[in-house]
Formats: sequence, C-alpha cells, structure tokens
Amino acid sequence: MPHDDDLHADRSELAEMDLRVRALESVLARKGYIDPEALDVLIDAYQTRIGPRNGARVVAKAWVDEGYRRWLLDDATAAIASLGYTGRQGEHMVAVENTPARHNMVVCTLCSCYPWPVLGLPPTWYKSAPYRSRAVRDPRGVLAEFGVTLPESTEIRVWDSTAEVRYLVIPRRPPRTEGISEEVLASLVTRDSMIGTGLPEVPERTR
Amino acid sequence: MTYETRADLGGRPGYGPVVPEPEHERFHAEWEKRALALTLAMGATGEWNLDMSRSARETLADYATSSYYAIWVKGLARLLVQRGLATDEEIATGRAITPPRTVRRVLHENEVAETLAKGSSTLREPAAPARFGVGDRVRTQPQQPDHHTRLPGYARGRTGRVEHVRGVHVFPDANAQGLGEQPQWLYTVTFDGRELWGADGDASLRVSIDAWEPYLEAAP
Repeated sequence: MPHDDDLHADRSELAEMDLRVRALESVLARKGYIDPEALDVLIDAYQTRIGPRNGARVVAKAWVDEGYRRWLLDDATAAIASLGYTGRQGEHMVAVENTPARHNMVVCTLCSCYPWPVLGLPPTWYKSAPYRSRAVRDPRGVLAEFGVTLPESTEIRVWDSTAEVRYLVIPRRPPRTEGISEEVLASLVTRDSMIGTGLPEVPERTR
Repeated sequence: MTYETRADLGGRPGYGPVVPEPEHERFHAEWEKRALALTLAMGATGEWNLDMSRSARETLADYATSSYYAIWVKGLARLLVQRGLATDEEIATGRAITPPRTVRRVLHENEVAETLAKGSSTLREPAAPARFGVGDRVRTQPQQPDHHTRLPGYARGRTGRVEHVRGVHVFPDANAQGLGEQPQWLYTVTFDGRELWGADGDASLRVSIDAWEPYLEAAP
C-alpha cells in the first residue's frame, strides 16, 4: 500500500503533468513544429506494434533453428532485421545467450537504453533508481525480487548499455519442450526473460 | 565543476527494492503517451541530437524526484527554450506569443513508420585503426569530466578487459556539447565484480560497459 502522502504526491503530479503536456503540445502544434496526427501514429506504434512479442519471436526462432541462432549470435542486427524488426533504439543489436554456466542481465545505469524494436518501451522498473543502482552491484538480490534464484556457481554477467549498442538476452529453452511449435514457444518467452530478470514460462503439461 | 549529472546511479545505495510490473502495462497515464510522442516528434526536427537531449535531462535539478516521463517533458522544455523555439511563458500557457522559428524538418503522420524503422545509426567510418584489441587489459579514466559523458562513475579508474570491438561510433562527450560527432572506437570492456565493488563483492559477477577509446588507457 502506498503511503497517503505518496498517493497525494502521485495525484498532484498527474494533474500537473497532464496540464503541462497539454500546454506543451498545443504551443508546439501552433508553432508548426509538430504534426498532431503524427503523435497518434507514434503512440499507436508503441502500443500495438512494437513490443516484447517481437523479441519473443526472435528467441523462439533461435531455439528451433540452429542456423538462425548462430546468425543471431554473430550479427544480431541483421538476424533480427530479417524478421522485420529494425530501427530506432535497435540500430546496433547484440544477442547474448544464457547457458547453465552464465546468466546475462541488461541494465542502463545512466538512463533507460533498451532495445525498442524487439522489446518495445521499457517497463517502469527498468528506468527506476532501484534497478539502475543495484543491477550492477547486487544482481542476485535484484533477481530474488523477481522470484529468480540461480546456483552460486552460475556467473552473473551484467551488460550496462552505456552506448548505442542494445542487448537482447536469449534465455534458455525450458526443458521438455521438444516438438512444441515455434509459435507456442514464443508465448513462453517473457519480456523479463529477454532482459535477464526473469526466466521463460514452463508449459502447463510439464509443470 | 559546473556540470552535474543526477542520472549516474550505478552502485549507489539506498534506493530500495525493484518493483516488477506486468508486461501489458505500457503507460500509466494519458499524458505519458503524449510526452513520449512529443519527445520523439521534436527529436525528429533535428534541432538537437540524442546526446544533447540526454544531457538536458540528466542535469535537471529535480531529476531525482521526477517520474521518468516528467523528466522527458522537463528536458524537452529546456531544449525548446535554449534553442529559442519557445519561451517559458508559451510552454506554461500553451499559447504561441512569439513568431515560430523554421525547424529543419517536421515529422508528418505518413512518415512515422518509416522513420522509426530506419532509426539513426551512430556507426561511422574509421579514420584510424583501433588502439585496443580483444583481450587487452585497459584502465578507465579516473576523473569525471566537466561535461556530459557516458563513462559511469562506478567504472572510473578501474581495470578490465576488452571483450568486443564494436566499431567507430559518434562520441557523446563531443556531440552533446555541439562540438560535432568526433567518432571514436567503441569497446565492450568487462570488469570482475570485485574490481568494482571490493573484496566482499559477488565473486560470480562480471559487469561490462561500452566505452569509447578516449575513456581508456592501456593497463599493465
């Protein structure tokens, strides 16, 4: 439960920011710097088209197609573009693969760098001070808050996205998923598993 | 020191737990959607670059107490005023009082999909060979410069190894100051957790940053 004062602060920010952004949009439109219709198209793109299901398709393909997996590890930008996911905040993609010996986790301690074409816009926690401060220092503690515990012997490899390279984690394929279609496999791939703060879901019948 | 970033959070104590969020939650208020779209649309005018907008945000006095999209809105307002595109009064009231300035480009509805899909590569042609190769030991600059930079504080004055050479990229330290792109070789440099956090750090931890060549010197 948020504290009453926090709730009050949240509400006043909401009202203040709502007014502020309306005013900003209206002056920018009146000055002819923006096309208000373009704003709607931008919002729609990130609400409906550009999100973590794109990345899930990339991961599922890498799980079933060894040639694609090798291409993805060798030249992620091209391999991801071949599925139609390109552009803003994904110009220089690198895919990093989890193994029993190594778990990868991605952060941007300086701002909120994130691979938009494959994961969409970052979740609030990814942009927040707790994650940005602790991911590089106490990643096991952070993982525990996501309900993930890894063996002590597993190396935790954290990638701080300080430049324009964007990282996509390829999580390990869940056990006993042989013969499952690529589409169903993609549905097991969670957003958090592609950031490295979660694991893919395990299909119902093998639980 | 006159330049102070408030966004360099890696390793700092006291921020409490991470609060996970379901995947379908994209925005938490209508104004956040507009803030995102306004920031992208104004970025497309070409009146400033990505490094300038990061610099405008990270130096906001109320960075720490503002929500993420509030930081974007305040950073955008700042850039607009700095470049004479709008005044504080216009931004506060929504009324156009001064005549508009001609911007380099206006992003139109029918150009959005193509613009997003194209992105904006920071890769440039090398002008000189890379100074370091994979496996080289390197030490990062110890001093915080008096301008925007992308070398995080926790990784200053630390020794690591070059794990990947990423090509030549636009150098944010110069680009943010309007000094041109001054492209530099970019490396993924990996550090042992204990090099960063001391002997009681997690021995199974390794952390990398992406570091431009001027951030690095050869280490013995």
